[in-house]
Amino acid sequence: MDLAGQIIYYAGPAPAKPGYVIGPAGPTTSSRMDAYTVPLLAEGLKAMIGKGSRSEEVKKGLEKYGAVYFAAVGGAAALLSRKIKSARVLAYPELGPEAVFELEVEDFPVFVINDVHGNDLYQMALSDIQE
Amino acid sequence: MVADLCIEANCHLGEDVLNVLQKKAVEEKSVTGREIIQQLIENAGIADREEIPMCQDTGVAVVFIDIGQEVALTGGDLYDAVNNGVKEGYTRGYLRKSMVMDPLDRVNTGDNTPAVVHLKLVPGDRVRVTLAPKGGGSENMSSLKMLKPAEGIEGIKKFVIDTVKVAGPNPCPPVVVGVGIGGTMEKAALMAKHALTRPLGTKNDDCDTDMLEKEILQEINKLGIGPQGMGGAVTALAVHIEKYATHIACLPVAVNISCHAYRHKAVII
Repeated sequence: MDLAGQIIYYAGPAPAKPGYVIGPAGPTTSSRMDAYTVPLLAEGLKAMIGKGSRSEEVKKGLEKYGAVYFAAVGGAAALLSRKIKSARVLAYPELGPEAVFELEVEDFPVFVINDVHGNDLYQMALSDIQE
Repeated sequence: MVADLCIEANCHLGEDVLNVLQKKAVEEKSVTGREIIQQLIENAGIADREEIPMCQDTGVAVVFIDIGQEVALTGGDLYDAVNNGVKEGYTRGYLRKSMVMDPLDRVNTGDNTPAVVHLKLVPGDRVRVTLAPKGGGSENMSSLKMLKPAEGIEGIKKFVIDTVKVAGPNPCPPVVVGVGIGGTMEKAALMAKHALTRPLGTKNDDCDTDMLEKEILQEINKLGIGPQGMGGAVTALAVHIEKYATHIACLPVAVNISCHAYRHKAVII
């Protein structure tokens, strides 16, 4: 599996009803993946979509390798699954919702949380209120 | 019956929650915050119309059963009956199976059993079953502390607010905060969880506690975390507190956080 230029979406979809491309698939908490992220960035991963804050190590990795962390709206799973146009299991089918999927999406709504310049939207939101 | 409750709770967001979200979609000052709340309302609509889960994390099936002491339950094991219902509901309703049998070797049970069941004996001849699917993201941000009695009400406020602050964007705000005060360690935790079955927009039966809930809510919403942690004034939709008598040396406080998918359905038999 070549990770160069790819985007990873952290999600554990619910089963698809008959006729659906995929079941409800909102973002899951990204910090659980922090420990595995920097090696993937080194392989050329360009972006991740999830929810919640990342470790300092990951944020530094984004700067170093020129990648971005996005958040989608946690809990908007029914809505987000409509933006997924195709889904195919690539690896670990036995893990069910935790299998690795290949997804094609269209107009998938995300927010930039951490960029290549070290900005952090979650931190910025908190400092805005203190001003 | 348990099967239907599983599907109902996961696919159809309660009117109480929708009403509050609609109000907050107007009140929230942050543009991003308003957009997020609008997405949540739209999401709840899709889930409701298509009967699909509003969130892919359809949770641990937490079941509160209040059994009237004049009721005799016959014809089998109550826990088996609940688990059969969970298995059927999570399969028939296309809900995600999120339970692993052993917390260390982590093999999925494949049917979302076993449920976490809390039985309570109450007066009367009825049985009340409340099903409250609990997502992992918000559960992970929960906390418990044994305060010193001298820390009092200020200590309680600080602990609850700090828990929400540390949680930040992770539990999918806007959240609902369940708080258990008093009892023992496990009693406080159970009260915090049970406080999350109270409908949104209802007052606490105790006047002073009601005031405390409102004060803490106001402080939480000054943190600036906002919807999904992207900034704003709507970090929490409500704070619900339950209290119990405690030991002279103790002041246990438990905080259980629910995401905006504040899901629970009850039936009385």
